[in-house]
Amino acid sequence: MKLPAKMTINGQSYSHDVEPRLLLVHYIRETVGLTGTHVGCDTSQCGACTVLIGGQAVKSCTMFAVQADGANITTIEGLAKNGELHPIQQGFWEKHGLQCGFCTPGMIMAAHQMLERYPKPSEDLIRHQLEGNLCRCTGYHNIVKAIQWAAENMPAKK
Amino acid sequence: MATVERVLGKSIKRREDPRFITGKGNYVDDVKLPGATWAAFVRSPHASARIRNIDTSKAKQHPGVVAVFTGSDMTGVNSLPCGWDLRKEKKIPGVVQDLAMVPHMPLSSDAARHVGDPVAVVIADSHEAAADAAEKVVVDWDVQKAVTDTERTMAAGAPQVHAGAPGNIAFKWELGDAAATDAAIKGAAVTVKKRIINQRLVANAMEPRACAARYDDATGELTLWVTSQNPHVHRLLMCAFVLGIPEHKVRVIAPDVGGGFGSKVFLYNEEVVCSWASRQLKRAVRWTATRQEAYLTDAQGRDHVTDAEMAMSRDGKILGLRVKTTANLGAYLSTFAPAIPTFLYGTLLNGVYTIGAIHVSVTGVFSNTTAVDAYRGAGRPEAAYVLERMVEAAAAALKMDVAEVRRKNFIPKFSGAFQTHVAVVYDSGDYGAAFDKCLQIVDYKKFRADQEAARKQGKLLGIGFSTYIEACSIAPSKLVGALGAGAGLYESGKVRVHPTGMVTVYTGSHSHGQGHETTFSQLVADELGIPMEQVEIVHGDTGAVPFGMGTYGSRSGSVGGTAIYMSLAKIKEKGKKIAAHLLEASPNDIEFANGQFQVKGAPGKAVPFGAVSLTAYVPHNYPDGLEPGLEETSFYDPSNFCFPFGAHACVVEVDRDTGQVKIVRYVAVDDVGNVMNPMIVDGMVHGGIAQGVGQALCEGAAYDDSSGQLITGTMMDYAMPKADMLPLYETDRTVTPTPVNPLGVKGAGETGTIAATPAVVNAVVDALSPLGIDHIEAMPLSGERVWKIIQGAKR
Repeated sequence: MKLPAKMTINGQSYSHDVEPRLLLVHYIRETVGLTGTHVGCDTSQCGACTVLIGGQAVKSCTMFAVQADGANITTIEGLAKNGELHPIQQGFWEKHGLQCGFCTPGMIMAAHQMLERYPKPSEDLIRHQLEGNLCRCTGYHNIVKAIQWAAENMPAKK
Repeated sequence: MATVERVLGKSIKRREDPRFITGKGNYVDDVKLPGATWAAFVRSPHASARIRNIDTSKAKQHPGVVAVFTGSDMTGVNSLPCGWDLRKEKKIPGVVQDLAMVPHMPLSSDAARHVGDPVAVVIADSHEAAADAAEKVVVDWDVQKAVTDTERTMAAGAPQVHAGAPGNIAFKWELGDAAATDAAIKGAAVTVKKRIINQRLVANAMEPRACAARYDDATGELTLWVTSQNPHVHRLLMCAFVLGIPEHKVRVIAPDVGGGFGSKVFLYNEEVVCSWASRQLKRAVRWTATRQEAYLTDAQGRDHVTDAEMAMSRDGKILGLRVKTTANLGAYLSTFAPAIPTFLYGTLLNGVYTIGAIHVSVTGVFSNTTAVDAYRGAGRPEAAYVLERMVEAAAAALKMDVAEVRRKNFIPKFSGAFQTHVAVVYDSGDYGAAFDKCLQIVDYKKFRADQEAARKQGKLLGIGFSTYIEACSIAPSKLVGALGAGAGLYESGKVRVHPTGMVTVYTGSHSHGQGHETTFSQLVADELGIPMEQVEIVHGDTGAVPFGMGTYGSRSGSVGGTAIYMSLAKIKEKGKKIAAHLLEASPNDIEFANGQFQVKGAPGKAVPFGAVSLTAYVPHNYPDGLEPGLEETSFYDPSNFCFPFGAHACVVEVDRDTGQVKIVRYVAVDDVGNVMNPMIVDGMVHGGIAQGVGQALCEGAAYDDSSGQLITGTMMDYAMPKADMLPLYETDRTVTPTPVNPLGVKGAGETGTIAATPAVVNAVVDALSPLGIDHIEAMPLSGERVWKIIQGAKR
């Protein structure tokens, strides 16, 4: 039995009939073909699959695709606009906030919501907010620096 | 002409980052293969069980299933090879008891020897169908008693893992002078004896292992995409040893790889089974590990139980060191397993000290656990941990300051050769200088005063050091061959200059986070005087790169980089001949400077690099007898290891009520020789420290010894270091170039992991010293463990 799922991802509409057990992350990766969102664990610890749903950072392995019916989703592929990197992406580049790059999309999406909530986060706050995202390469040092760089370089809210 | 700015040694932003930060990385699971089938493995739920029967009939009838295979279907397929031999008849030094070369079949037919051991594979049209059908494979298990605990493997009556390894002994090995060490210990004024347990770790690269095999029936070619740190090694081992298929008809591609830390060096069951099945079915077969499969099957690290004894003079000189280690290898011999607790461990026990005598003996044992092999540092962290813990324990016994004891024993500054007691010859070192810099940054005198004041207020504040050494730039082929390696450990580097002056470099090193596309471009740009944008680095594809031994043992810059450097020298040499012809001069009178070939002393008489490259491919006005084209290949085999070193300091505060350890400061002064990109080296150090801290404070693979189940089998149960338990690290460097290679680079990939664990544990022991604690036997120093120690000390 398949169920319909219709959603907007990075401004584009998608509509598929999917198995009810299909996780949103597998829908994004395999059905839609956007492979920037990664799967690093089976238990929702690593955060590599983090996307934005209606602006909220969500681990896309914690939802079924059918639960996202009607949702407005942004993945890592939708963050840069008109070929210009988002300040968080730029921050990760400037501050060497990545090495193997596998956790990076999730880190960036988690940082996106963090900076929405806390435009000028302290180091402690950044570390606390990153508890749901694991990185094995950087020791987090330059991820913290990258998010600090982004906070300083975000355009002022209108 | 305008001089191109030099870039080598500068913190150039990484060229690979734009694709990763925009979601355009191309990892194995991202590779799109229309029509591919999916593999799901049937794994043992038991740590030890004989297989009476496997019934695949129901699984075969499941909708979407293409095939189900068991080990008995894989006729003609051999054991996964162990690439390191330890046998007396091979004249491998130090062998006391020969290595038991036990078989490791891709799908086991007789028995399962650890939880997760694969015994069948289901291949289906979809991931879901394969997973569902795998549930329908019925294995009739004859469950046996299991053994997982390292020491219990050798106990009388312990369950036997392999018939071919009586008493579960894999090998016995020793190094050093036993008699001199015994004498030193017997005659010493003070001896310190400690048990030191280096617990088992899981590598936890963020990208789980994956593979995709596609056999092309028309050409007879097999392409395997695989999460590999060394695609050529994967190809060689799989073709020559396991499947017996022609190497030149197999192409192995390791595209973007999401971290390795050693765990992606080895040839694994799943890659072999998918490759074999693709040839059988003439269809693409792919598999991506779940994280649980990663915990059960990725080669794990460490797992040593050590008894160490150090002999000291009254005035603090180290007179002798005796080390007896039991190393748990798991259920099977992983690709390089026997090398890790022997030649990468025992040879590092001299540390940075002048020690009177050293002897180390190691017993490798089998158990019903996942195989153990190289994990970041591989043997060297275990050695540094033993030595640095013993030095601080000895200082406590002598009631001497830990910095003072170290200073008394440092090997004086040298360059060229220092012969240790444990076979290896160090390349260059200035150990005291790195330590002094570390003490200065941490402001050691002031810290001790602050500590005194804090202790009066009841606070448990401590500092720990680690003045480590490591061996990297792995490795001289002849030497490792004599020690039992089945492979050479050189590296290749091919430089292709295109007619337009653009350059493609093909390196056998593999980047899975190291940033080779940036650092190697920096090297090429500087050597040829061209902008980095004109350089492309290709790696991870046996179809493009001549050969490669890959990336591990901090060898990419020193060995892989040197191979590229050698090819660049050949390019310039040939370029001189072409330029001399164009300038109507003798090649001996031509020099290469600032991106042009010029007559020595007359920079006005010059040809730019681009003109020479064009001429090489349009050889109208060209030297007689010179081949057209501008492309060179080199294989570099190092003459020695390189030995980075440094001094790390960790300051901790222990919560008296909860036992929680908080890292207050972490200072790292590393000496990795010359540095190609400081930003990247710092990043390596940061990540290494986090892994070392992880071992000290939270990580550990725990098995239930009665059932043999891996208790820490998910990221929910295995404590990975998180952002909020780590500080900002203070990094600095001293620079002592190695004389071993022309770049003067030693290697920076593993220093942090090697140094951090002892620094953190030493700091906690120092913090607890007012309670009479001078040693802690086991890690991790979780809140619970430390709380218990504090409670025990109070009684």
